[in-house]
Amino acid sequence: MGKVIVVTSGKGGVGKTTSTAALGAALAQNGAKVVVVDFDVGLRNLDLVMGAERRVVYDLVNVIQGEAKLTQALIRDKRVETLFLLPASQTRDKDNLTPEGVEKVITALKNAFDWVICDSPAGIERGATLAMRHADVAIVVTNPEVSSVRDSDRIIGLLDSKTLKAENGETMEKHLLLTRYDSARAERGDMLKVDDVLEILSIPLLGIIPESMDVLRASNVGSPVTLADGRSAPAIAYFEAARRLNGEALPVVIPGDKRGLFGKIFGRRAA
Amino acid sequence: MPVDDWLVQLDNLAARSAGFFLRKPIVLDLTNLDIGQDELRDLVAKLATRKVRIMGIEGAKASLLAPDLPPALTDGKGTSDVEIPAVEESSAPATAANLALTVSAPSRANSSVVVSQPVRSGQSLHHAEGDVTIVGSVASGSEVVAGGSIHIYGALRGRAMAGTMGNSTARIFCRKLEAELIAIDGFYLTAEDLEPSLRGKAVQIWLEGETIKVAAVI
Repeated sequence: MGKVIVVTSGKGGVGKTTSTAALGAALAQNGAKVVVVDFDVGLRNLDLVMGAERRVVYDLVNVIQGEAKLTQALIRDKRVETLFLLPASQTRDKDNLTPEGVEKVITALKNAFDWVICDSPAGIERGATLAMRHADVAIVVTNPEVSSVRDSDRIIGLLDSKTLKAENGETMEKHLLLTRYDSARAERGDMLKVDDVLEILSIPLLGIIPESMDVLRASNVGSPVTLADGRSAPAIAYFEAARRLNGEALPVVIPGDKRGLFGKIFGRRAA
Repeated sequence: MPVDDWLVQLDNLAARSAGFFLRKPIVLDLTNLDIGQDELRDLVAKLATRKVRIMGIEGAKASLLAPDLPPALTDGKGTSDVEIPAVEESSAPATAANLALTVSAPSRANSSVVVSQPVRSGQSLHHAEGDVTIVGSVASGSEVVAGGSIHIYGALRGRAMAGTMGNSTARIFCRKLEAELIAIDGFYLTAEDLEPSLRGKAVQIWLEGETIKVAAVI
């Protein structure tokens, strides 16, 4: 029985889709069977980031409405054998997602995969609540700025009240993934510090992804950053986050802190 | 009419404890009361003018209830009846003395609550009966409303309203003051009104007359 993860944030544009793709690819490269599921019906993006936009035939809504089998809708990644994508519909209305239909699809995926990673749409409406409903684990993607942090706080509240786990009296396992972290700006005080974000949200830290051109570059060529350049800073951070998801106790290093003397002397000028 | 006597008693009670019925769902128990539909409609309306919202009617014949009246309820949990000694002396056997009010309030024994999680943005924690203790922070965009005092072992970034049932002795305590709004017994201060030097400090907040006082606690 696989684990269902929801990647959520409340606010848009913080890096949910990028993180879903990067973590999915990182987990799959270690041999696990992974499926990434796009819940953003009407505004799908995960297919682009995964580089599968021209291979989409059937989608999540087709499966839910019984127009296609699950195996027909799943797209196998061309680079990593154990990585699959279940795309969202771009043309249908998001009202086509029904609680029963989503439950059936998630149950079927759970039986076939080690990890089911659901990319939630922004907001707290139907799509977002359905994406989180069946999750075992939640990854809350947050940027180090106040509006993103408050939206994440709101989402954590919903994770603790509107999910199946919460309704059964269990607690949802929640992890914070701090993305677009710019150490130079944090030092200048233009951004919230890691400790401040952790203090406000008070959930364990899964990883800190540094702000980097590599992320944008990877997205533009249709590749998760962990596949495009495994040695880039964000890719390493995602690989480490994936290992922590697997239960490894790996200390989180705040980007910028590990800079040596050279960085301390010359780094500031670059900022 | 005995119901009118009972309403006078109710007014006396309401005058003595302001906010007794405030925001409480009230169930009207009509057992043993001989009342017609028009009289009942009149009674519900009179109660409404006293800000007593009747959410359901218990012990009434089905024929008595119309669509414009509150729905029928059964098995309501009786609390202590509203004491009306004067009416009990009246001679009518089935009088308004039997018109008991069922208030959905827990007993005094469990009148304080402890919340061991942070209060998240968008969440609203209401506890009309007593103290609220929060082991964690109260986020920006959330609110805590308590009939008694509020104790926050964490940062207060949202709103805290204590003593909402007319309790002017209620206080608010927090480890770190970054509140959007604080209020005690209806008197309030917004973030701008707060002394800047107290921001981020561990404070207690209380009411002196009609002034809210904020002071650091060690």
